[in-house]
Amino acid sequence: MMLIPCPWCGHRDAAEFAYLGEPSPRPDPSTATPEQWRGYLYLRDNVAGPVTERWYHRMGCRRRLLVERDTTTNEVRPHRSLVEEES
Amino acid sequence: MTPPRWRPSAAPSTMSMRLERQPDEVIDRDAPLTFTWNGRTFPAYAGDTIASALAACGVRVFSRSFKYHRPRGLLTASYLDPGCMVQVDDEPNVRGAHRLVEPGMRVSSQDTWPSLEVDVKAANQLVGRFLSAGFYYKTFMGPSRLWPAYEKVLERFAHGGEIPDLESYDRRRHHYDKRHAHPDVLVAGGGPAGMAAALAAAEAGATVLLVEEEHALGGHLRWGGDDVRSALAELRRQIEGTAAIEVLTDSVVLGRYDDNWVSVVQRGLPTVDERLVKARAKTLVVAAGLVERPYVFAGNDVPGVMLSTAVRRLIELHAVSPGRRAVVLRANPDGDAAVAALRRVGVEVVHVEDARRGGDIVRVRGRDRVRGVHLADGRRVACDLVVTATGWTAPVSLLTMAGVVPVYDARAARFRPDTTQLPDNILATGGVVGDGTLDELIAHGEATGRVAATRSAVVGRRWRAASPTAGGQVDSAAEPCEASPPALPVDPHPELFRARTHGIVDFSEDVSSSDLVTAVAEGYASAELAKRYTTATMGPVQGKLETVNVVAIVAEATGRSIQQTGTTTWRPPYAPVTLGALAGPEREPVRRSPLQAWHEQHGATPLVAGAWVRPDHYGDPAAEVRAVRDGVGLIDVTPIGKLELHGPDVPRLLNLVYVNRWSKLAIGRVRYGVMCAEDGVVLDDGVTARLAEHSYLMTTTSSGAATVWEWLESWLQTEHPEWQVHVTAVTTAYASINVAGPRSRELVRRVVPDVDLDPEAFPYMHVRTGSIAGVADCVLWRIGFTGELSYELHVPAGYGLHVWESLMAAGSDLGVRAFGVEAQRILRLEKGHLIVGQDTDGLTRAGSAGLDGLVKLDKEDFAGRPELVWQDRVADPPRLVALRTSDPTVVPVEGSQIVTDGSHIRGRITSSRMSPTLGRSVVLAQLDAPLADAGSKVTIAMVDGRRASAVVTEGLAQVDPEGERLHG
Ligand SMILES: [Zn+2]
Repeated sequence: MMLIPCPWCGHRDAAEFAYLGEPSPRPDPSTATPEQWRGYLYLRDNVAGPVTERWYHRMGCRRRLLVERDTTTNEVRPHRSLVEEES
Repeated sequence: MTPPRWRPSAAPSTMSMRLERQPDEVIDRDAPLTFTWNGRTFPAYAGDTIASALAACGVRVFSRSFKYHRPRGLLTASYLDPGCMVQVDDEPNVRGAHRLVEPGMRVSSQDTWPSLEVDVKAANQLVGRFLSAGFYYKTFMGPSRLWPAYEKVLERFAHGGEIPDLESYDRRRHHYDKRHAHPDVLVAGGGPAGMAAALAAAEAGATVLLVEEEHALGGHLRWGGDDVRSALAELRRQIEGTAAIEVLTDSVVLGRYDDNWVSVVQRGLPTVDERLVKARAKTLVVAAGLVERPYVFAGNDVPGVMLSTAVRRLIELHAVSPGRRAVVLRANPDGDAAVAALRRVGVEVVHVEDARRGGDIVRVRGRDRVRGVHLADGRRVACDLVVTATGWTAPVSLLTMAGVVPVYDARAARFRPDTTQLPDNILATGGVVGDGTLDELIAHGEATGRVAATRSAVVGRRWRAASPTAGGQVDSAAEPCEASPPALPVDPHPELFRARTHGIVDFSEDVSSSDLVTAVAEGYASAELAKRYTTATMGPVQGKLETVNVVAIVAEATGRSIQQTGTTTWRPPYAPVTLGALAGPEREPVRRSPLQAWHEQHGATPLVAGAWVRPDHYGDPAAEVRAVRDGVGLIDVTPIGKLELHGPDVPRLLNLVYVNRWSKLAIGRVRYGVMCAEDGVVLDDGVTARLAEHSYLMTTTSSGAATVWEWLESWLQTEHPEWQVHVTAVTTAYASINVAGPRSRELVRRVVPDVDLDPEAFPYMHVRTGSIAGVADCVLWRIGFTGELSYELHVPAGYGLHVWESLMAAGSDLGVRAFGVEAQRILRLEKGHLIVGQDTDGLTRAGSAGLDGLVKLDKEDFAGRPELVWQDRVADPPRLVALRTSDPTVVPVEGSQIVTDGSHIRGRITSSRMSPTLGRSVVLAQLDAPLADAGSKVTIAMVDGRRASAVVTEGLAQVDPEGERLHG
């Protein structure tokens, strides 16, 4: 089980977190086409290699956070922006 | 049909193989005991394993083999021994050569199939085909009419004994638990190198968890005799005196996962069947030692053929003579030591064949016991014991789980891990990586333990550095780790896998070397394919004894080298673990409202609904319904989710998450709202009240409380961090009581003196705050899930019982009555109020939940809006409707389908009850739009196969469709 670096709680077991996946920017709902909207809902790049991911520290500080994870090695680093609010 | 249970012939108890006192024996001769084996009583000493106690009494056969039903005896005399899996009381698959015998233990041989009788009678034709390679795949091909028969056969092929049926399984006697551990260094393996590593790591300041599979520390030193006795005693003494080292014996590391999450199964505990230890080790030292490898030749599974380590364990640890006349095939110093040990205790070593000088054996004669051996030079020697010492397997599992690929070293005749591939947080020492004298092993262990300790400190600093709140943003990923100590030497060893004859390779799966050769000939030419085709390495031993032989034989059959053939993949768990240990203790926490004790005292039938235990009813739900319709009732609705929202931007949040409008909710007002997810599917519903300028109280469904909280936070944290809103979950801070019925105002007035309850002053969908029964800071709102005039009271939880009892007392002359969840469901169904998750599912968009009127598509934005806009444009999604059955007594089961043309599914029943108010059934359904207009006739396919007819009613409400009661 991976450790996830939470900027508020430190390195914690991945089991304490919910995986929210690659952040998918929300299209403008007033102009989005069905394709754009469903891309936002369902389509992810699923890259083999370093990806930016959102995790939610459900059993800890209850904050969403961004990390960079290499999906081939599970090496996880804090995201350069550290916390969502500053991204 | 249960095949007859096979029983080994009982051994004459006079035939004692117990030796006189041995210097390193682990049995306690002052603690004799008895146990039973297949119903017969046998003597033993404390410290005996089941197998050693039986072997001391002359028992040589412990089981029958899996496929061929051949008698099997001791092979390794260790945990891995494939020949003595036994049943102990109600526990199947016990490793008889590992489990310590206890007084009164009832041990029996496990059923294996086919038994001799069934062989002949029932399964005559099938059995011949079982014996070939790939029989699983060849035998169970069509015709499909035989599948029931195949299934019966396959059931019999499952390994194992008998688990008790549920009635006789005593839960109270079986406990499993879990533990979390956070050692700086975890050492897997308590032999000399592992012990030395643990000591050095502790010396360097680390906390250490030392895990040993056997019942005592020492590894191969335990049967090493005079030369190593004092060294072992000294290592043990030092470990006992080191507080920073925690030792787990009879415990095995099951697996190593990301970031050194290491799982350990701990056995042999006095009060716990098995414990799963979840250890987060900063560094892991793998000191797994070596596993002795069996040799493949004809008759190599006849009882009396043993490994050299088995012989030494029996003699040195348990003072059991493994036989009377021995032939030894040896290729290494451990074989020499076995010869010496046999001679020392008086076993006649009639012949020694030395593989280092080209010696070999061809076949063993005998079936139930060894009767003799054919040597390579043609001689035949009579004996009852054949000992092999032909090589070692490095148990590299934990290292391969970290990404290391083992490399075949022909000089050492074994696969060895390439430790240069190891990540910083894993080190390896001892036999798994090399050989050496005892001093060399200890020195390497010490050096490894020291490095493990310094690296654990680096890992700890890396963890801390990555959390900026706890020490600043220091990139210490660059901090170098101390290098691993120089490698151990590796001794040369002759390559010995198979004699010129074929024999058993996988003792647990009964796979022979000729099966593997057949598999290769049939095209399964890689080790991975041959393994799956023959099931070699797939039995209880999981390749620890046989993998290298499998690879060598596949290599031989394909003409490739062993390195080219490669080894099969080692996956966790390394050792078997019970599902009980993985599941852990039975702990399912249930939330209880502060009123639950009252409910139980008053005859409530408990209902576990989501996280809560609630009163389902108090004996007569229909009477409870009538009480609410005619007078007044109380229901405990504490599980309703409650969120306090504070801040100037709350209306923006409400507008975003609810499909309806929230900008103009006045202070003192309550509004019903529905939430959709971004795909337009109904997520939750509830009411939200504005208590003050910037203060709101939101309620959610009971089951949706956590989801909604996270939903709100998700918007606030990711999309709108600039909004000033604070969300506080207060579900359990309040006890919530709904007072419902035409006389509810009368009742509430008696305990709420300070709030004007007149309908004009406190109308429907309004909120007030005040004191209830003397309790300040309560919230009252007028809403009505039941369809009756009602007040929902939110009371500080500690006073919940007081307020409830005050209401009960104040309303006794009004006939006030508690009602439960069942009555509430009937009441809301009579009124046509939907329940999210019951009348909607994971595909139900707002329009299909009868909520069209609520959705404000002209709002600029809200969650799920685009999908609802698009759904609004496509033709007619399904709709939520109420049905009236032609036969008023018919209550179609929830989930029943609505069909046309006999079987074409057009909808389903989502809720149904018998209405005590109307004397007929009340039904909600999801129905295809063309059928959903009022007056439409539909057919319901009942569970019992009957058809019922029903008609769609006007609106959803069957009771008080005008809402006069609610607004009164
Ligand atoms: Zn956290």
